[in-house]
Amino acid sequence: MTSQTRGVALDSAHPTGARDLGRAVRRSKRAQKQATGHRSATWWWAAPAVVLTIGVQYFGVGAGSVFAFTDWSGLGAFTFVGFDNFAAAFRSPETVQALWNTLLLAVCFVVLTNVFGLGLALALNRTLKSRYVLRVLIFLPVVLSPLGVAYVWKFIFQPNGPLNEVLRAVGRDSWAVAWLGDPHTAIWTIVVVVVWQNIGLTMVIYLAGLATVPVELEEAAAVDGASAWSRFRRIVLPLLRPTIVIASALTLIQGLRIFDQVLALTGGGPFNSTQTLATLVYKETFVNGRFGYGSALSLILTLLIVVAAVLQVTLLRQRED
Amino acid sequence: MHRYGSRGFALEIVTIVVAMVLMIPFYFLLNVSFKGNSDAFLSSAIAPPRPPSVSAFGDAWAGSATGSIPGGLISSVIVTAGSLIVLIAFGSIAAYTMARLPGRLSNALYILFLVGIILPFQLGMVPVYVVLRTLGLVGSPFGLIVLYSGLLMPLVVFLYTGFARSLPREYEEAAQMDGSSRLQTFLRIIFPLLAPATGTVAILAGLIIWNDFFTQLIFLSGSANATLPVVIYGFVGANVSAWNIIFAGIIVSMIPVLVFYVFAQRKFIQGFAGGIKS
Repeated sequence: MTSQTRGVALDSAHPTGARDLGRAVRRSKRAQKQATGHRSATWWWAAPAVVLTIGVQYFGVGAGSVFAFTDWSGLGAFTFVGFDNFAAAFRSPETVQALWNTLLLAVCFVVLTNVFGLGLALALNRTLKSRYVLRVLIFLPVVLSPLGVAYVWKFIFQPNGPLNEVLRAVGRDSWAVAWLGDPHTAIWTIVVVVVWQNIGLTMVIYLAGLATVPVELEEAAAVDGASAWSRFRRIVLPLLRPTIVIASALTLIQGLRIFDQVLALTGGGPFNSTQTLATLVYKETFVNGRFGYGSALSLILTLLIVVAAVLQVTLLRQRED
Repeated sequence: MHRYGSRGFALEIVTIVVAMVLMIPFYFLLNVSFKGNSDAFLSSAIAPPRPPSVSAFGDAWAGSATGSIPGGLISSVIVTAGSLIVLIAFGSIAAYTMARLPGRLSNALYILFLVGIILPFQLGMVPVYVVLRTLGLVGSPFGLIVLYSGLLMPLVVFLYTGFARSLPREYEEAAQMDGSSRLQTFLRIIFPLLAPATGTVAILAGLIIWNDFFTQLIFLSGSANATLPVVIYGFVGANVSAWNIIFAGIIVSMIPVLVFYVFAQRKFIQGFAGGIKS
């Protein structure tokens, strides 16, 4: 169907004047214009979505970048203080500790969720009879409230909680410590909780990736006598590369923003041992009322996330080459 | 690889055991919530309730000073449903428009939304909070609906766009030949065709909003409109070691999501795997 015939057809309210060729051509031109307008929606249909996105996202992030250079308290006037907030942040032991905690949590989160998620995806890919039920069960924590499940874990880690009860029952009394109250163990409890909740997510991403690995290729290799490990190394792993990049980038960004679980489990304590940039932003901005300083901390966190996102794009490009 | 021999059986057993270990927290959640107050306080968390009691659910339902579970449920439903309606209505029409606009304009809009997905909103939270506070929308569900609509719009448009681009034009052309207006065509022909994408959007955005805590804590804490996560958070402060009541509250807050998950687990899992990959 050419656009002209469509134009005529659309204009069928008026019978096409075969008698007057000139009029017909003129009309068909006008109809053509109308037809393109008809066919495509008009641009302003996208306006509400654009306005909401710019009004919230772009405005917020833009204004936040400005506040980061001020001493605003959230009320009244403010002055620009240059890079003072950033200098103060890097001089403050609490903030530096939060920065390291954020990075440690993010790295552990990426490594553990991806290793366990890939392992479970491989196990539940094709062979097992119970694979559908197990997938649904393992994915379940992903859809539940992070705050809610964090409280369940908080209970498990209590000094008299079930974990220590089991440790004492098997005669490991010295291992039964105050998991959440000890600065050395508290951060690892956060790792356990966030990894536990997100294994199902990386698992389904890897399952989707594994679905693209041709069965024939693996079977041919198996017939040729390749062991399960070498089939994994030589066939599955190279084909999974894009999935690994996506899953690790996604978990890295998620890992840098961990907030709910920290607030529920430890509130950032004891002695700031579990304070992350995200929880510190909340504390400084909304508890201490230091909007300018909190924005500066957000900007630091944002830069970390941008670096992670850029890393992802670069790695994806490399794959395409 | 696909023979199910003794190795397959061994793998099956190992995987089932791993899955059972991962489910242990749910055992405690259920077990403790069905204990009476003294039972929960005195007995081991591993031992079953003696006798099983639903008193904790009654206490949780009644709530604490910071809000009640029924109130939290209503607020959470209003915020989630309200945001989803805005997101689906404006997101679907925007994505369809982009799929039908000439290349350059469509590309510019696409980039605008794509950047919106990447921009980390932590940085924007404070200014948006200040603006909404000035407008008197802090503490009200409407402020949160506006916020979530803007926050998740890029993701929603993105999820719709891929699908809208694959729609054939024949249906809308036929409808227009029959004299249907553009808006009618969208509502009667296009929107129903977008249903699978709408499902993914509702699940992903709905879960993000329902389970979000940070934003709701900032915008609603101390207000009469506290949503479930905020109520639960206040609850733990009020019932320090009454774990049976806390857990009962958590279970109630999880029930709506669980019901959806049981009926649409495949769609949930596909939505997450597909939504994230695109």
